[in-house]
Amino acid sequence: MTTFTLNGEVRSVDTDPETPALWVIREQLDLTGTKFGCGMAQCGACTIHVDGRPQRACPRRIAPLEARDVTPPGAIKRADCPLPDLQQAWIDQQAPQCGYCQSGQLMSAAALLAVNPNPTDADIDSAMRGNICRCGMYGRIRSAIKQVAGAPFYDAMEGSQNG
Amino acid sequence: MGKWTRRAVLSAGVVGGTGLVVGIAVRPGNPTETAGHLVAGEGENLLHLYVKIDANNRATAILPHAEMGQGALTALAQMLAEELDADWDLMGFEEAPAEAEYANYTFGRGYLFKGIDFPGAVVPTVDGLMLKLSESLGMQITGGSTSIRATGQYGVRIAGAAVREMLKRAAAKTWAVSAEEIRTAKSTLYHDGSGRSAPYADFAAAAAQETPSSTPQLKKMSEYSVMGQSKPRHDIPAKVDGSALFAMDVKRPNMVYAAIKRTPVFGGTLKRVDERAARAMRGVIDVVQLPTLSAEGMIGSYSAGDSVAVVADSYWKAERALSALTIEWNTQGNESISSEAIFQQFERDISASTDRKNDVVIGDAATAFDNAETILSADYRVPYLAHTTMEPPNATAEVSADRAEIWVGCQNPLGFRQHIAAQLGLDFDKVTLHNHFLGGGFGRKSNADYALQAALIARAVGKPVQLVYSRAEDIRQDFYRPAVHSRFKAGLDAQGNLIAWHNTYVDKHEPIEAPLIPYAVAAQDIGHVASPTHVPFGAWRSVDHSQHGFFTESFIDEAAHAGARDPYEYRQSLLKDKPRMLAVLNRVAAEARWSVPMEDGRGRGISLQESFGSIVGQVVEVTVSSGKIWVDRVIAVIDAGYAVSPDGMKAQIESGIIYGLSAAMYGDITIENGAVAQGSFTDYDAIRMHDAPVIETHIINSGADIGGAGEPGTPGVAPALANAIFNATGKRIRTLPVMNADLRADSESSPSVAALTR
Repeated sequence: MTTFTLNGEVRSVDTDPETPALWVIREQLDLTGTKFGCGMAQCGACTIHVDGRPQRACPRRIAPLEARDVTPPGAIKRADCPLPDLQQAWIDQQAPQCGYCQSGQLMSAAALLAVNPNPTDADIDSAMRGNICRCGMYGRIRSAIKQVAGAPFYDAMEGSQNG
Repeated sequence: MGKWTRRAVLSAGVVGGTGLVVGIAVRPGNPTETAGHLVAGEGENLLHLYVKIDANNRATAILPHAEMGQGALTALAQMLAEELDADWDLMGFEEAPAEAEYANYTFGRGYLFKGIDFPGAVVPTVDGLMLKLSESLGMQITGGSTSIRATGQYGVRIAGAAVREMLKRAAAKTWAVSAEEIRTAKSTLYHDGSGRSAPYADFAAAAAQETPSSTPQLKKMSEYSVMGQSKPRHDIPAKVDGSALFAMDVKRPNMVYAAIKRTPVFGGTLKRVDERAARAMRGVIDVVQLPTLSAEGMIGSYSAGDSVAVVADSYWKAERALSALTIEWNTQGNESISSEAIFQQFERDISASTDRKNDVVIGDAATAFDNAETILSADYRVPYLAHTTMEPPNATAEVSADRAEIWVGCQNPLGFRQHIAAQLGLDFDKVTLHNHFLGGGFGRKSNADYALQAALIARAVGKPVQLVYSRAEDIRQDFYRPAVHSRFKAGLDAQGNLIAWHNTYVDKHEPIEAPLIPYAVAAQDIGHVASPTHVPFGAWRSVDHSQHGFFTESFIDEAAHAGARDPYEYRQSLLKDKPRMLAVLNRVAAEARWSVPMEDGRGRGISLQESFGSIVGQVVEVTVSSGKIWVDRVIAVIDAGYAVSPDGMKAQIESGIIYGLSAAMYGDITIENGAVAQGSFTDYDAIRMHDAPVIETHIINSGADIGGAGEPGTPGVAPALANAIFNATGKRIRTLPVMNADLRADSESSPSVAALTR
């Protein structure tokens, strides 16, 4: 039995302690916003927050999450997390295409802005390089992050700098 | 109308993706009799296969394309709303069920008639024929960049306009006025003379009794008010809060999970499996052996080799137990094949040119080369490529003795359903298919191999099964963009003008025009030789354009440099009789400020490519320093005739460019010992945030026939990149990917011109 805080609620799961957190979250807790992309921590589709920091859920054993604060993508209740603003910016920029990677992208971006509200391009590169988007929407994701940060961004829809 | 039984089943698989299937609109008669029970619910009147209108005056477009991020469903709904005069705020859409009525004969038109354009008057005849053909072939395909240009132009708009006429005729009867006196706006009918008005809903039931015209009056570009607007995509909000349902998010009662391994050496068969260790592991339910499976795909037949699957109560346990199997394969003599051997074979077959088949012969190439002042020759190569959709192939299946239910994300729901029925020996009617959002398609999910496997495993274990490919399995069991070798020879006159073009490459697929050049070269001889390999072929975003775009737009650059000419101006001079192409070329050069010199260590390259009915020009800007390359910016111009959703089109071009750039920079599937050597994003990487260029897309609405957007961004980026690298370093990239090239200034330089004779 592993017990942790999940999006503000205490949850216990009875599972093999070796099970990766990804499959506990998806199969046992039915939170399918956390995606399987590679199983090797190479693509970021499974990004969650553990104690507010971005972690890949796919290779990470569930057992060490005992007593930790786990946040999967979706409707986040924590007031200190900028995810809701980012979700709106994602819509404003029409950032998703297939959308499969986007909850992971959003979790990486939220973790970045939580500690660095005014990221440089290099900061964004560094925080987001673990998240692959095969639809290639990097420009729109960058713009959406900058929109939330209040920085000028390239508006693909308008074809010009904005803000 | 309004039978709930079928709809309840069918709509469960509809998750909000939209797409349009063309052509049913031009069938004679009212199709609601056959299709009404499929999609109309209680209180809804099905006016047309593409349209239903409910009591609240809400119009729903029923669209036969899958949503894989391309946003075509929203754009198709715009086309319907435009011709229907529907209020956009009252407009919804849903993906059509996998039923024969929604067969999509776009592919039949494009592939059976090889892209021949028919005069408008014959379209109904041809389309009626194509509908029949595509029904028999099981086509309900999202691919070929066809949603807007075919389904939209020939189906949805005609449907919208026809329904509007039907509503007017119905109102005219009740109001006892002439239909010509009735006008429409925002989902409302008006008779100005008598001051009467009514929402469409009031006459929906009566209109459904009218016969739709196959030649209704369509609006002119100057009249568009919904088309041409960037409407927010309906599928996006669910994709940012984690609630969007992909196939892998399906969970059935008592569902178990399967991991699978197919013969790593293509063409191999299963010899024996030691299952003991795997079966002893906790949570393991069964080990299932699958035979080689075959089906007819979008472009020819395909097969999936012998496989072994482990079924467990968790995917992770299934995957772990799979690696505990000891499997022996018969490799059928393919175990010694390598990429090196394959490229040697290509070289040999091109040199021999036995049974060379021509794509194009213009003028007298042999004489032109005899008269040339300079002859330039070069060999180009591209490797195999996998698709690596973000969501690995997966399918969920429930199979009993007399029926099957499948949940997938796929590019051809109707075809999948037919293939599954055939594989299970069930009648088509006994198979239900639910298509979900696709976590990427790019051509991979047009082949049903993964769904067929899921169905067979589910039947073997007698429980609902979700089959998920590991990333390694996805990369090693794909249907690949083929490796290609292409040999060029160009003849230049004393002024450097291009007077002769000769090209021989291996293995032709689709579209047939991919290796052709738009340039006015008086003598051309373009042809191919067959050089089959054991590596499975698949449609990969832009198909043959992805390789030939790189080849031809690089080699024309070489010709320009050999003639000491500017590569942009050189292309200009060869496009005097191609005003649309010239306009795109000039625009992209202007947007990129082509004439402004770049500083040392930087370079820019240009490309121009027509594909899927659209013309795309690209300029890539790079910085090369100490052998490292940064792709700084891509400027793209697209003329797709008309942009129904400009932002959606820009997003598609951005996406196509990054997809092509990932391949150009890093994409390298190699064959070792008969099998794919790569198996992860470490050895088969993609462009990521830190190396993604800024992309600026500009749209030209030339008013020409509408072209595609999903694929045309991809072919031009590799050549523009290679041309930019040449501009920056003097090194010519003739083999992809770029990551394998040595770009250091002091490295052995590939000569700036491959081989100059005479």
